[in-house]
Amino acid sequence: MMQSDITALVDWSRVQFALTAMYHWLFVPLTLGLSFLIAFMETLYVRTGDAKWKHITKFWMRLFGINFAIGVATGLILEFEFGTNWSNYSWFVGDIFGAPLAIEGIMAFFMESTFIAVMFFGWNKVSKRFHLMSTWLTAIGSNLSAVWILVANAWMQDPQGMQFNPDTARHEMVNFWDVFLSHTAVDKFNHTVMSSYMLASVFVIGVSAWYLLHNRERILAKRSILMASIFGLIAALATIYTGDRTARNVARNQPMKFAAMEAHFKGYNAVPLKALGIVGDADKALRDYTGQDDGMVFALEIPEALSWLTNGDGKSFVPGITDLLYGNHTHGILSTQEKIRRGHEAQEALLAYKEAKLAGMPEAEQLRRPFEDQKWMKETFRYFGYGSYYKAGADDKAENVLAVVPPISMTFYSFHIMVFLGFWFTLLFILMIVLVMRGKVHKNRLLLHAAVWSIPLVWICSECGWIVNEVGRQPWIIQDLMNTTQAVTKIDSMSVVMTTVLFGVVFTGLLIAEVGIMLKQIKKGEDAQLEVSPKDGGE
Amino acid sequence: MFEQLDLLTLQQYWWMIVSLLGALLVFLMFVQGGQTLFGALGRTEVEKTMLVNALGRKWEFTFTTLVTFGGAFFASFPLFYSTSFGGAYWVWMLILIAFVVQAVSYEFRTKPGNWLGRKTYEGLLFFNGLVGTILIGTAVGTFFTGANFSLDIMNHMTWDHPLHGLEAAANWRNLCLGFTVFFLARVLGLMYFINTIDSEAIRMRAKQQMILNAVPFVLCFLTFCAAIMVHTGYTVVSDGTVIPEPYKYWHNLWDMPVVLVLFLAGVMLVLMGIGLTIWLGSRKGIWYTGIGTVITVWMLFMLAGLNDSTFYPSLTSPQSSLTIQNASSSKFTLVTMSYVSLAIPFVLAYIVYAWRSINKVPINEAEMLDETNHTY
Repeated sequence: MMQSDITALVDWSRVQFALTAMYHWLFVPLTLGLSFLIAFMETLYVRTGDAKWKHITKFWMRLFGINFAIGVATGLILEFEFGTNWSNYSWFVGDIFGAPLAIEGIMAFFMESTFIAVMFFGWNKVSKRFHLMSTWLTAIGSNLSAVWILVANAWMQDPQGMQFNPDTARHEMVNFWDVFLSHTAVDKFNHTVMSSYMLASVFVIGVSAWYLLHNRERILAKRSILMASIFGLIAALATIYTGDRTARNVARNQPMKFAAMEAHFKGYNAVPLKALGIVGDADKALRDYTGQDDGMVFALEIPEALSWLTNGDGKSFVPGITDLLYGNHTHGILSTQEKIRRGHEAQEALLAYKEAKLAGMPEAEQLRRPFEDQKWMKETFRYFGYGSYYKAGADDKAENVLAVVPPISMTFYSFHIMVFLGFWFTLLFILMIVLVMRGKVHKNRLLLHAAVWSIPLVWICSECGWIVNEVGRQPWIIQDLMNTTQAVTKIDSMSVVMTTVLFGVVFTGLLIAEVGIMLKQIKKGEDAQLEVSPKDGGE
Repeated sequence: MFEQLDLLTLQQYWWMIVSLLGALLVFLMFVQGGQTLFGALGRTEVEKTMLVNALGRKWEFTFTTLVTFGGAFFASFPLFYSTSFGGAYWVWMLILIAFVVQAVSYEFRTKPGNWLGRKTYEGLLFFNGLVGTILIGTAVGTFFTGANFSLDIMNHMTWDHPLHGLEAAANWRNLCLGFTVFFLARVLGLMYFINTIDSEAIRMRAKQQMILNAVPFVLCFLTFCAAIMVHTGYTVVSDGTVIPEPYKYWHNLWDMPVVLVLFLAGVMLVLMGIGLTIWLGSRKGIWYTGIGTVITVWMLFMLAGLNDSTFYPSLTSPQSSLTIQNASSSKFTLVTMSYVSLAIPFVLAYIVYAWRSINKVPINEAEMLDETNHTY
């Protein structure tokens, strides 16, 4: 394949994955959060016997069902895309990555798909308690589904618990618990599901606010707002906490991504946090070896905050992008060119061993030894993926090192939009709780309008989180070990273009249908024939 | 416990589990088969609603089994996952699209604001039933007839045919299995309707359709079986070299008597269910044919993967052919997942319990017309 073909192939394969992943993520967080809100509502119905809670549960369950189906549909593609579009990757990590996917299917998907049928069709067929249990198991199953794929994603960002086997030319799992319970995996799961609960809460509050603005379904709206605000606030606080922990993990394991999130070009002590900013000429700043160009047109900064958040010390050093590219002897940071050299050495060693083994040469055993040497593996092989950028004779400042820099502006803006919106939703939850408790929520039309407009914003926030996560780690598909070019399936790029267009058309058509159905159902409101129980008096 | 087993035993154990998932998937494709019969069985809107709802409560089992089948294959035999999915690109992509459009069609079909209209969603369900079954059958056919790929020393795959998997449909044996799966799915779908729906009219029409679908199913199935029994397969000799072996799968059948007995028992159960439904008017035929289907398909996978066979033969580079040994995960991963597999009986138990809870009262017109129920 020619270089231009490979570039097109990698780009389109990435576009396809981004398209399908981002479509999938439009539906998943609502499923994760709404499933628990529905479970809480039904629990109140079963405990109090108040029929109004049953009507509220069924209303939100209807919206849940519409969203759930399309979430399942879009998720199917993602699982198989690892094989169809990233086949070299599938082999390289299948021994580790496949297990979480299989466990996900056996433990979570079946629980979800079994009990969701009872949840929707069992109202008049099973006892109240069995139905409630099914609703809870659906919520638990949905959330368990998220565990394993996030564990797999965390492993790609922070590979742990594996050993490279030169005979099979792949990584093999040696410690399941290191894979499952790595700091990155735990924090990623918590941060992702908690932010999903926020999203579902904002959705419920926004829809309820629309009812209040139109003076409809007032009991449903007020009860839903109160429950979603409390749930959302707890989730928001947990999201902030886990977000902080996640950022520290990123600073430790993916310093380039961390620097891109903050558009932090040159490292120094007592680094401020950019609360707001506009990125300038990033290319120029990357080539500035003096550290004079900070790469920003404008930045509103909080003094020492980045150093403090990263290291717990406001005066500490935080490496910038150019430190990671060109090295920093004072702080013991290797240059990218040196990593490239080591990666090349590792790749050459593997090739030499494989060829010798295939030819049945006696020196094969000798060539295998480095792969058993822990020091060599730790100092050289860990940069295996960098070897793909090797250029003989290149010095530390050669252009080839720039290949390991992710898109800075996209990562920076996505990160800041996510954080800003996250704090806005936290404030929204607090205001809603206060107003509902005071019985004034229906009078504050400005806040109700803001809640309705927060619905699209919360999706933007959630998608931005994934952009930071995935774009920020480019070019790596597995941090430092494999880049997207090595991982891609070598097929003609036109096939990938065609399937991308196909998925784009199908998913867009289904999204239009989903939004149309949702809006109709929301306009329809509660079922007209359902009576309000006497316990709901006062409205 | 599993640590004591040697690698080959673990590989065989996981081949059996993956094969069982594949066999369950074929049985659960009664949903796909049923989707192609709405027009033939439902004359009124209420009848059609009953048919759609009978399947709408089960489609997720098929879908989840497909996902788990893929996940388990990835986990236990990742080289197959990377080779077949990446190489036979178009076949798998079309299968995926067929299933994507199915997932939403039940939920969206009758909802106001669904944009595309009820007929479109019913058309998509038909498309899923037709294309999904035939292509899955065709793809599985390559487990016996082979595919066009080669692997380099890093196990990176090159697909040696420009059609990227669609060429499998040009092999009549693969197509024969594809149509076997299609007609079997329709037969199972008919039996499921007979079992689940309380409507004499639907039952009568389903019985008539049984003959029309059972005959081509049996013919396609027997033709496929005969074709692979005389087919020259590959065998792996002691030094790991792959060599052709005439009548390979016939030999496998006789080399593994347990497989032979179970295969014949499975076929008998399938035929018994069909016979009971057609000639005795039984509503329980689905259970005989369903269990028979699982056993038969499971044993077909055993023929493909065990007894030093290549379960994914390469036509262009025989030495690249995949076996359960060269395509598998490491021992550590297989052991870890084997512990997880202990949960499968528990999972099956709660599926059966929930299934019975929902299906204990057959679907009837009154239920469909009750607006407090969730209907598709």
